[in-house]
Parts: sequence; C-alpha cells; structure tokens
Amino acid sequence: MGAESMPTVPGIEAGLDRTSGSTRTGTYLEIVHSWIVTVDHKRLGILYICYALVFLLVAGVEALMIRVQLFFPHNNFVSPFSFNRLFTMHGTTMVFLVGMPILFGFGNYLVPLMIGARDMAFPRLNAFSFWISAFAGLLLYYSFIGGVGLAGAGSAPDVAWFAYAPLTERAFSPGHTVDYWAVALVASGIGSIGTAINIIATVFCMRCKGMTLFRMPLLPWLYATTAFLVLVAVSPLTAAQAMLMIDRYLGGHFFDTQAGGSAILWAHFFWIFGHPEVYVLVLPVFAFANEIIPVFSRKAIFGYAAMVAASVGIGFISLGVWAHHMFTIGMTSFGNAFFTLSTMLVSIPTGIKTFNWLATIWGGKIRFATPMLFSVAFLFQWVIAGLTGIMLSISAWNWQLHNSYFVVAHFHYVLVGAIVFMIFAAIYYWYPKITGRMLNERLGKWHFWLMVIGFHMTFDVMHFPGLLGMPRQIFTYEPDRGWTLLNQIISVGGFIQGIAVLVFVYNMVHSYFRGKEAGPDPWDAWTLEWSTTSPPPDYNFVVDPVVASRRPLWDLKHPEDPDSAFE
Amino acid sequence: MAALFCAGGVAAASPTSIFAPASTPARELNNLSIFVLAITGLIFVGVSGLLVYALVRYRARKEDVTEPPQVFGSLQIELSWTIIPILIIVVLFLTTARVLYKLQDAPEPATALDVTVVGHQFWWEFRYPQYNVTTANELHVPVSSTAAPRPTFMKLTSADVMHSFWVPELAGKTDLLPNRVNEMWIDPQKPGMYVGQCAQFCGSEHAKMLLRVYVDMPDQFAQWIANQQRAQPELIQPTPAAQDPSEESAPNAGNAGIVRAAASRIPPNSPATRGNIVAVSGEESQEISAQAGQYVFEHEACISCHTVAGTVATGRYGPDLTHLMSRETLASGAAPNTRENLLAWIGDPNQIKPGSLMPAMHLSDRQNEQITAYLLTLK
Amino acid sequence: MATVPLEHVMNEGTWKLPSRGVVAMASLITAEASIFTIFVVAYLYYIGRDVSGPTPKEVLEIPYFGTVCLLSSSGFIMLAERAIEHARMAAFRLWWSVTILLGATFLVDTGMEWEKLIVHDHLTIRTNLFGTTFYSLVGLHASHVVVGLLMMLITLVFALTGHVRVEHAERVKVLAMYWHFVDAVWVVVFTVVYVVGR
Repeated sequence: MGAESMPTVPGIEAGLDRTSGSTRTGTYLEIVHSWIVTVDHKRLGILYICYALVFLLVAGVEALMIRVQLFFPHNNFVSPFSFNRLFTMHGTTMVFLVGMPILFGFGNYLVPLMIGARDMAFPRLNAFSFWISAFAGLLLYYSFIGGVGLAGAGSAPDVAWFAYAPLTERAFSPGHTVDYWAVALVASGIGSIGTAINIIATVFCMRCKGMTLFRMPLLPWLYATTAFLVLVAVSPLTAAQAMLMIDRYLGGHFFDTQAGGSAILWAHFFWIFGHPEVYVLVLPVFAFANEIIPVFSRKAIFGYAAMVAASVGIGFISLGVWAHHMFTIGMTSFGNAFFTLSTMLVSIPTGIKTFNWLATIWGGKIRFATPMLFSVAFLFQWVIAGLTGIMLSISAWNWQLHNSYFVVAHFHYVLVGAIVFMIFAAIYYWYPKITGRMLNERLGKWHFWLMVIGFHMTFDVMHFPGLLGMPRQIFTYEPDRGWTLLNQIISVGGFIQGIAVLVFVYNMVHSYFRGKEAGPDPWDAWTLEWSTTSPPPDYNFVVDPVVASRRPLWDLKHPEDPDSAFE
Repeated sequence: MAALFCAGGVAAASPTSIFAPASTPARELNNLSIFVLAITGLIFVGVSGLLVYALVRYRARKEDVTEPPQVFGSLQIELSWTIIPILIIVVLFLTTARVLYKLQDAPEPATALDVTVVGHQFWWEFRYPQYNVTTANELHVPVSSTAAPRPTFMKLTSADVMHSFWVPELAGKTDLLPNRVNEMWIDPQKPGMYVGQCAQFCGSEHAKMLLRVYVDMPDQFAQWIANQQRAQPELIQPTPAAQDPSEESAPNAGNAGIVRAAASRIPPNSPATRGNIVAVSGEESQEISAQAGQYVFEHEACISCHTVAGTVATGRYGPDLTHLMSRETLASGAAPNTRENLLAWIGDPNQIKPGSLMPAMHLSDRQNEQITAYLLTLK
Repeated sequence: MATVPLEHVMNEGTWKLPSRGVVAMASLITAEASIFTIFVVAYLYYIGRDVSGPTPKEVLEIPYFGTVCLLSSSGFIMLAERAIEHARMAAFRLWWSVTILLGATFLVDTGMEWEKLIVHDHLTIRTNLFGTTFYSLVGLHASHVVVGLLMMLITLVFALTGHVRVEHAERVKVLAMYWHFVDAVWVVVFTVVYVVGR
C-alpha cells in the first residue's frame, strides 16, 4: 500500500460514481458564486480549512515577531504596546480562528461521509455558522485599523487572550480594543454553537442503516463529544463577554471592584469556558489518531469500547477542572486540593487512550507514510505534554510554575506538538480524498523533519526559562536573569518551524495541480469515506450504504474474516 | 531527568531559579518538584521506551502485503492501565495535599513581621503596619533562622488590576486582586538580595514591574525601619508673624531656611497661604537647591500623587517618596537610582517606562533640576 | 456501496433514528441553559455585596400574577400539542392563542414591575450590583420570552391562514420544547431572585 491507487474491491467498484465531478465548469464568477452560496458540507468543510490555514500563517507571523522581540533583553523591535497586541492576537487567532475552524472543517467534511449520510442535519445552519465565523475573524482583525487603544490610533486587543478583569473595564482599557475582542468572539461563538448543534443532530439522527452507535467509527463519537462540550462551555464565555459589555457600555458592575464587583468571578467564568475549550481542540485530534493509527498499523483500534468510554469520560471530567488555571488566585486550601485531584483524574481516561494507541501499534505492520510519521510524533509529544500537565496540576508546585514560560511550553506542546502535528497528519491522510490527488511524499518528509527539529528546539528549551523564573506576556526581560541564551535558541526554532510550514504550503499548492492521482482508497482503509470517488460526488453515495460492522470496507476486502463475525 | 540535570546546572546562573530555594515555602516546593519530576520521568522513560520498541519491532517488511492478526481489545489489559495510573495519582495527590496544607494554612507566629503589599500599575507599595512605615518597590525583611524565627507574613491586594508577587527563590507566587486580600509568607534564611517581578499581565509595563527583596540581618533591619520611620523636614516655612496657631502644618520643620513665594503663585488653600508667605523677589528662586526643589515639588502637581512624610505632600496615587534615596532602583527596578536617571524620569517617564501612569509634567529644565536636587535629600 | 449480505443487517422497518428537530432543540436548550447558569451564578454570588443603593428586600415585590400566567401557559401549550397531533386544528389555534396571550401578559407584568423599579425606586442597571445582576438575569429571560412569542405568533399566522396541518405536529413539538424551557428557567430565576435573594 502506498501512494498508488489500489484496485478497488468489487463491492466498492459497483458503488462508485466516476461521472460526477464537482461543478468546475462555468465562468469564474459562477464558480465563486457557487462557493459562496453552497450548503454542501464538503465545500463548507474546505472553506473552514482554507480560512483557518490563512489565519495560521497570520498568527505564525505574529509569533515570529514576538520571538524576534525576545531575542535580546531590552530589545526594541516592537514597542511594549505592539508586543502586548501581538501576543493577545496570536493567542486569540490561534484558538478561535485557526484551531476551532480547522477542526470544524474536518468534522463537517468527514462526519456525514463516515456515517453514510448525504449531508449534515441542517445544511443551511451549517453555511450560516461558517459565514458568521468568517465575519468574526474579519471583525477581530479590523481592530488593527478601527480600534482605538491606550496609546494612539488604531489598535488590536492588547489584554491577553484571557482578558482578565478589571484590566478590561472601561477604567483601564478606555479604547475599543476590548470591544473588538468581545464582539468578534461572541459572533464566532454563535457559529461554533450552530456547528455543534449540527454535529450532534447529524450523529444521532442521520446514520445509515445498520450503523448503531457502537458500530460508528470513533471519529463521529469524538466529534459528538466535542460538540457537547462546545454547547456547555462556549456559552459561559458568551455570557461573561455579555457581562463585560454591560459593564463597559451600560454602566454595569459585574467586574467593577469599586462597586463590590469581583475580579475572581471573571477568572472563574473564563476558565469554565477555557479549560473545556482546550478539550474541544484536542478531542477531534484524538479522532484523527483513532482513524489514522489503525490504518497504518494495519490493525483495528484496540479497545473500541474503552476508547468510547474514555473519550466521553474526558469530556465530562474536563468540565470540573477549570480552576487549575487559578491556583495562585487565593482559593482556600480545600479548593486547591479539589482541583488538583480533579485535574489528575483527567489523566486516567487520557492515559487509557494513549495506551490503547500503543496497543494498536503493537503487533501490527507499521507503514511510515507521512500521516503516520506525524502521528508517531504526536504520540511522543502527547505523552510529554500530558506529563508536564500533571506537573502543573500539582497545585503547590503550580505556585512557582503558573504564568511562567513553563506553562507556555506546556500548552504549546499540546497545541503544536499534539494538535498541529495531528492536523498535519489528517491533511496528508484526507487531502487525497478531498482533492483527488496525493500530497508529495518527499516534500512531506522534509516538512515533517523540519517541524520536528524546529518544534523541539523551541518548545523543549522553553520549559527552562519558566523554571528559572521567567514570567509570560512580558515584552522584554532583564539581562541578568540567565534567560538570554535560552530565548535565542527558542527563537531560532520558531523560524525553522516557519520554514517547515512554508514547505507544507508549497506541497499543498503544488500537489493540487501536479499531484499523483489518488483514486478512491489510496491508503487501503476501512471506513465509508473511502468507498466514494476522490473527491466524492455532491451527494456522497450513489446508494445509501448499509453496514454490519465498524469497518465496512474491511468486511468487503476480507470476506473470509469479516469484523461482523466478532461483533 | 534531563530537566533536573540542566536545571541544576543552569540554576547557578540565574537569580530567579525555582531550584535555588532560600526560604521554607520555596524549599518545600523544590522538594515536591524533584519528587514529581522523578515519577513523571520514570513514566516517560517507560512509555516512550515501549513506543520506540513497538515502532522498530513491528515495522512492515517491504514486500509483505498480508494483514497482521486483528486484536480488538482485552479487558484485563484495560483494567491494568486504569488501576496503575489511579495508584500513581493517589500518591501524587496525597503528597501535594500535605505540602499544600502545610504552606497555605501555616499559623502566624507572634514574632512574625506583617507586611501589606498593594499592587499598582506598575509599581509595588509596601506597608509595615507594626511600624507605621510605607515604602515602595524594594521590600526589606529580616532574616529568619530556626533558632530565632522571624517569618514575614504578607497580605496582598491591589489598587487597580490583577498583579502577582513572584520571587522564585523565596516562595511560589500569589496574586494581588482589587477588593480582595490574599495571604502568603516567607522566611528567608540567608541574607542578601532576591529578585522577582510581577507575574500577572497588568498592562503595558507589566514586564517592568520588577521586585527586589532585601533580606537583612536583624540589626540592619532595625536600622532600616528606624530610618523609614523618620519624617522629612518641611524646608518651606510660613513667616512667624502671620502664622495661624491652629494650623501647625509643618510639625518637624527643619531649619534649612525660608523660601518666600509670590502670593499670586500660591494655590488658595495651601498651608503657605494660611501662613501668609510674602515673596522675597516676586518670583520663585533660581538656585538649584533642595529648598527651591521642594518649593517646585509642592507647587506643581507632584503632591497630588506622592507622599513625603512630614510635609504637605500626602498624595497616595504614586509611590511614597519619603526615603526615595534609600532605594537602589527607580520605577520598580526599571533604572538604577542615580541623579541622571532621576532627572530623566522626572523630565519624561515615558523615556524609561513608556506607558507608565506618571505623566510628563512639561516643567522647565531648571525646575526638573531643582526637583532632583530636592529628591536627592530624601534619604 | 453495495449492501453487505450478512444476517445481522437491520430490516427496513426497524431502523429508527431520533428526530433531527428534537435533538437540535435539545442541544440548543443545553447551550442556553449554560448561559443562564452563568448569570444565575453571578446573581447568587453578588447577593448582599452591594456597596450602596436599594436592596432586593426594599424594592422587590413577588410577581405572583405574571408567574401564574407564564407557568400555566406551559399547560396550555401542551393542550395545543395534543390538539394538533389529533388533527383538531380549531382546538390547536385556540390553545396556541391562549399560550401567546399568557406569555404576553407575563411580559406586560414584567414591564410594569420594571417601570416601578426604575421610576419610583431609582434602580437601574448601573445603580449597584443588585441592579446590574437583576436586570441582566431577568432581562435575559424576558428576551427569550420575546423570541418565543415571536415564533409562536408567526406560527399562529400560518395556522390562521390554513398552512399548518397535522404533519407539522413534530415542528410544533420542537417549538413547545423551547417554550417549556423558558418556563423552567423562570422557575429558577424566580426562586433565585424573589425567594433566595430577598
């Protein structure tokens, strides 16, 4: 198995519709129009992914500017005001305009295909969700021109991505930076909730015949859990932002400490959103791992039921750990102890998933194509990220580590080392299905190794300034602290990752026009999306599928040893 | 393991390493961290070792296109890697809880020094309620030994936004919130100077809200307190004939001389008006002297933000300047406390700390020199 | 893809999945419940912490009439649901109108209460913590009542012009779920504001 098209199995062959392509004919204007008015889950998925990739480059540039400023102590590359905007926008963009959209994009594309449906439950709601999210991103970035900050014309939010009160109150942020932050994110939140409703309705109400919930691939399971988390956790952020706007514009006192209001309440509300949010970002990525690792190990996922239980368990437990971001805020020792324990408990189901992946690989026949390379790196990096997470859950030790570069290193280990790496894996894996062409393997390996080197150079080293007392969100640092050399290594690694991403972008563009033809099933995989042409026709399946096991294509390819005999 | 080794090596090179504790809270956290690092290190070695082994041992051979045996799961294995992590977590949790309660719920001994810390954008206010002392940015505490324990118990709050007090070699950080009082304690066992900085993003100059903690021997500390308690003289005195007996505005009037002022330049309600000072020459003094400086200081807006104990300056918005020259740095560590930096700071604070809430007062160069001359006397 | 000829293939008739509308409305209700929870938590947290201004005990009167109207409307909407399921369209229009009327009465009652608070007691959203949290929470609920009434009015117009038929019973049920949710939230808001908070 490799990049060449596999000869398809008779059962699949009969169902392929090679005559229908997407509507690539028509004038340029007609093509653009069709993309704007589309309600097709596949097109909306592609729109989400492309939108997110553009913002990935923007936020990446913001990160590199931060790293240039921090290359020397007392550097003057950007002013303190610009720096504060850069790190606020970098974080906000990466979470809301890159992470959420790209994962929703994959969900949109894959969930209906994997469950044998023709589209999502509510296609027009789907389109609305995308366009309001896109508007939110443009609104947030318009702040660079339209906002009025503390020090002059035009400025973006500069209050850190978690925008602690009362720094965000009118008294301390008199311009409009905070307003852009709040309104853009409320709009994006509406889009997210719409998508979440759609995913849940699709998973529960649109499965093809024979696909009971326990015959569903793990990806829809994880996306349903993610959607549930979005419903429960994004709403508190919307509520808190509404309260902030009431304070700023209607004279309210929610976070006005002069009137008896509380700064700690904002922190609680934000992190009640903020912690489940990181699971919203990571669960879809677990979903990718659940699909990719088995295919490249040539074995079914180990412990399907345990994986379902663990994933749903992670979803629920993650709602009860939020104050581990607040160990230094002055909670009682009981409060600190409670959140230490609940945070540590999350590691149990997470560990189960990790060990199950290990057991899937064990005894397999591993093929190291680019998707698997990224998945393997994901596994190592995920273990490390989880372990530094355990370190941070130790509330007493957290009093040293909180708000230092150790935390920055930890969450970038999760966000880049686990999530971005697995997103790359997913792109290499599903790009052939989406576009009909394979991504170039050689360029893929260059991309992979540059990312690994750059990532580790930056984020392994980044733990040390934190251990040596360097706080985060500082525009410069003192030369006598012993942080200088470490910061320089970190910055160099950042640029190496930038080069890796450029290689990747080139690969995406070049392969779109010149890539090898993929065929319906280039990886010899087992879920329903591989039973259509690449790309699939608009209506996905010629005939509604009927399934009898978790791996319908395995059953077709191995009629002597079908999964359905075991379930 | 690598982290430990490197950290130990690099710790020597950094004055803010969490692995170089000089006080009980920092030491407890250091010990806890080594324990946790050891456990997580073992887990990492074990899991990644298995992973590497699996990836090497089970690579597909080039020509092999058959599928391996399909294994769907095993209840026993699932249970084992559920139970074992639970046990590890119980151990970690109990260890943490012990340290947590020991540090957070420690009772305050009678010998403890009380300090109130108030966070401001972008400086630190320190008050010693037992001694009626207020100072800024550089905290002095006595050394504490097991023989003669004298920990410092701190109450922390904020006058504006959230801040965080972090001196890694002394303790973990504690946040300062407006409308709320948090508590922490330190008991440094080695005299010296310990540095840290604000660790909660608080606005444009968050990075420059630095901290210095001077741990003094007991007699040094007593001396420092005594100096801080001393009020400064009011160099400007009302003339004897016109003095209103009930308005004794300068309790510790020094004898450095009298500066007269033009009546029209005196703000209506100042003690100087009540004292009916008469101008000597019809305009303020031209000499660069402490008296001239205090005059400018008290007639421009300086006193609305700053306090100099013993004078009419009782502003609370900015740092207390009573013993400014007893500090080694300016602007919470942004610059060394020298004559040149003082002059530059007064001229335009944004040169040193852009975004600082002290505005440039746009005084003349002569006035700036005079104020500097006055401030230099505030030892 | 062709069918897989094995014994456990489901029969045509037995493959039953839940209704999309009901699942979607349940999800929306989950999200909205989460938003209300945050406002309720803020309200509870700030009870008794005002620095100045009127307190709940001084100015709040229990809105018995409005509450009875709103909660009974849940009963009437259930009657309407039953009517349309059995194709009794006249009865459906009647009970549906009663529901709308009761909801509107609740809103008028709330309006009158607010007029008293603002004009006579000088309590606005900016007065103190009580004012901020009260108007936010009760206002958020009232806005949901308004949205519900709008949707029901539109449905009523369709019903009066003969466009609503028995096959729309499921959609009416989805709308009724929303209305029941609004009433349930009022039970919580009422308890928190007029019982616990006073």
